[in-house]
Amino acid sequence: MKDHYDIVVVGAGPAGMAAATVAAEHGVGVLLLDEQPVAGGQIYRDVGRQTLDDRNILGPDYYEGRELVSALQASGAEHVTGATVWQLSPQREIGVSKDGIARLLSADQVILATGAQERPFPVPGWTLAGVMTAGGAQVLLKSAALAEPDAVFAGTGPLLYLVANQYVKAGIPIRAILDTTPRANRLRALPHLPAALMSMGALLKGRRWMAELRAAGIPFIKHVEDLKLLGTDALSGVEYRRRDRWRRLDTTRIFLHQGIVPNVNLAMAAGCAHRWSDAQLCWHAVTDAWAETDVPGIAIAGDGAGIDGAIAAECLGRIAAYGALQRCARLDARERDRLAAPQRRTLSEERRIRPFLDAMFRPSRRFRLPEDDATIVCRCEEVPAARVVESVALGCVGPNQLKAFSRCGMGPCQGRLCGLTISEMIARQRGVPVAEVGALRLRPPVKPLMLAELAALATAPESIPGRD
Amino acid sequence: MASGTHTADAIVIGGGLHGCATALHLARAGLAAIVVEKDSVGRHASSANAGGVRRLGRALPEIPLAVAALASWHQIRDLVDDDCGFASSSQVKVAETESELQALRQRRDTVLDLGFKHEEIIDQAQLRELVPAIAPHCVGGMAVHGDGHANPFLTVQAFKRKALALGVRFLEGTPVEALQKLGETWQVRSARGGLEAPILVNCAGAWGGHIAAMLGEHAPVEAQALMLMITARVKPFVKPVVGAQGRMLSFKQFDNGTVLIGGGHQGRAEPESNGTHLNFKGLAASAITAAALFPSLRGVQIVRCWAGIEGQMPDRIPVIGASAAKGAYHAFGFSGHGFALGPIVGRIIADLVVKGDTDLPIEAFDIGRF
Amino acid sequence: MRRIPRDDAPQVRMEFEGQALLAYTGDTVAAALLAGNHWNFRTTPVSGAIRGPFCMMGVCFDCLVEIDGVANRQACMIEVREGMRVKRQLGASDIGADLFTDGEQETPP
Repeated sequence: MKDHYDIVVVGAGPAGMAAATVAAEHGVGVLLLDEQPVAGGQIYRDVGRQTLDDRNILGPDYYEGRELVSALQASGAEHVTGATVWQLSPQREIGVSKDGIARLLSADQVILATGAQERPFPVPGWTLAGVMTAGGAQVLLKSAALAEPDAVFAGTGPLLYLVANQYVKAGIPIRAILDTTPRANRLRALPHLPAALMSMGALLKGRRWMAELRAAGIPFIKHVEDLKLLGTDALSGVEYRRRDRWRRLDTTRIFLHQGIVPNVNLAMAAGCAHRWSDAQLCWHAVTDAWAETDVPGIAIAGDGAGIDGAIAAECLGRIAAYGALQRCARLDARERDRLAAPQRRTLSEERRIRPFLDAMFRPSRRFRLPEDDATIVCRCEEVPAARVVESVALGCVGPNQLKAFSRCGMGPCQGRLCGLTISEMIARQRGVPVAEVGALRLRPPVKPLMLAELAALATAPESIPGRD
Repeated sequence: MASGTHTADAIVIGGGLHGCATALHLARAGLAAIVVEKDSVGRHASSANAGGVRRLGRALPEIPLAVAALASWHQIRDLVDDDCGFASSSQVKVAETESELQALRQRRDTVLDLGFKHEEIIDQAQLRELVPAIAPHCVGGMAVHGDGHANPFLTVQAFKRKALALGVRFLEGTPVEALQKLGETWQVRSARGGLEAPILVNCAGAWGGHIAAMLGEHAPVEAQALMLMITARVKPFVKPVVGAQGRMLSFKQFDNGTVLIGGGHQGRAEPESNGTHLNFKGLAASAITAAALFPSLRGVQIVRCWAGIEGQMPDRIPVIGASAAKGAYHAFGFSGHGFALGPIVGRIIADLVVKGDTDLPIEAFDIGRF
Repeated sequence: MRRIPRDDAPQVRMEFEGQALLAYTGDTVAAALLAGNHWNFRTTPVSGAIRGPFCMMGVCFDCLVEIDGVANRQACMIEVREGMRVKRQLGASDIGADLFTDGEQETPP
């Protein structure tokens, strides 16, 4: 790695791959950094080295990712794998670690493409061994050809049904699907249906998934309103409630999912402004038409800015790259606009279905704001909901004070699995909008650093001389 | 949100530990105090510091105050109904070479000459016994038993709670815009209305220079951002707070197993925006020091780094004492080591206000020295 | 867990808790452990509760194990290597039983 690049892209999912490819094709010095050993991000994980015999399992959408990987390789962009970015300063100084050594480098333009993570799903017992996410199940399938027979799938959202579908195609039995999509969401989604109908292909795909799940004979329980995961040392069963009846399923494996949310830690630590999206119940980066944030030279593309899906991520990645190229004076504004135009068209098309999906699969309050006092809110520090409520009652007005009072957010995940929950809980208890409560104040390192790793920074090559 | 005038016996500007402690002691002396804080109580240095409570290594003028403060810390429950996480875990300053050990001996002698016996020299065997995990090359050090550490956040909250219980009023989110003296009364203008009192105390930390200037006094306090880092939880392996004679280090392990590593490497403070910027080369230097002195810690995870905004004076000792302006007092600029002095400085200011004098020597801290 | 049919991958011999564990090139440590039916990876420092992998993508930090003597490694982010020795992480990480080192330290992998 050099000390300085024209453009640095963080994250090798669809947005990052597309952005780095465009930048390299235009002849700038570009560096693509990603934690994984190969390109693909999560949605196209291991697509470049996928070895499953039956390509129907993962489906054609997945394999389309290979084009992005090939284009990236052909472009000659420098792609460093196994690289963890733990700092991005507003002046675009990047802290990155590889092979146990931390170093600093700088860039004229940065494009963050850190993608999404799963929304927390704080139900009683969600920390038990044997409980994983549907996304995690999909990672195991894509990267290790592993699947767990007889697991229960619980939650809502397209990814849940997709993974269940992939299991069916792989011949893996599923114990049951507990669908927590609230009854009321149908009505909520109805106004958005006309726009969604313009993305008929996507809608039909979703219906096909549901049909195949039914055809496979999997017990599919809809409108589950409450969940409890049971067990002492490990998961042993799940209780679920529909209307007033509680029922129980014995199981030692469950995959939870209730949607995905942007991975905001690096962007927030860099000082990029975010606003609360009530439609997606998460933080969205505030960006302009070129994906640039309010921090000059830092752009955010893909699901890391707001959830729009894989194809939209590609388009935004390219748009961000064209914007960065123009700011680097490698493209004039007209050329930039011309190149971006087709990307914008596709982006608009891809976004049409989004309001419908957001409404249809909006998780219920009960599954975002735990009502059971003992439910763990902060997994790392094992802080129960009761402690959050108590701290707010004692005067904590926001997540940062809550952190000091209760240790919520002080563990290694740095609020990734509790941040949304606590912002919403504080807002509800105080009776104010989430936007007023705000998010945890994040700072680097956004991923933990080993002491020896940090120590190695001191002997790493100096950054550009003359920088402060 | 009252607009209108708040009257009190004393206005304390700044709701950090020193502001809360001052208000608390004034309330104990029967005065009605009001604390006006531009952000939230304890928002800055008070919750971002390393929590060291020491007499060890103090600048000579601070020693009598530190000695009195330690006595206060050992009875902190009597003062604020809370133990503030205080642990009398001892403080140790490690010498890595003979010449460093010799420098420590000379320091011990200097302090002894002033009549203080708390600083003890320890040899290698004693060091190993106190700090088994210390790197084997260390030859000895200086120890102060009875020193220790406390939890900064818990401490400032405890002082605030006790002050509230004694009738102190707090106005948070309220920057001071201007102040003037009218007769015997200080008038302070803020966004939440005016405040009036015959007594005014400047506990504004890194912003103490602005308030001093409003009083017509010059105090070259600079905003500094001392960086700290904290690790993931580790099984207990060190009890005392550890520093080093030859390197910048402040190292302690809390009850919950996390290890706090500091030592004075500076980031950059932006007091106008409450912002701080971390300098990772400086943090790397802290990491090298920690790894050199505690080699088995090399694989430990740093989970978080931060820096608070602290007020630094050019001579590294605070401003404490009466202002040239009658009825006004100062307690700010603690230069990165004010936490331990909190309980005692509050008492000193209350003494000055009520009796006009204090038993502890504070001439060295006079604002007039600038 | 079941392996879905795929191209042959080279085997990797490693250890978990002192027992032999068979894995394949490209598996993460987490995948290898799950494939071996090991779902509990650690106990928490706060309460000693048993935890296993949750997100499989490096976000939750629940899959922490000790790999080749180094604690707090995210099993889902590290690929297996021949001869790797993995142990559960019990409670807070230990900085090492031997507190008197002679200065020789293995660099973390």
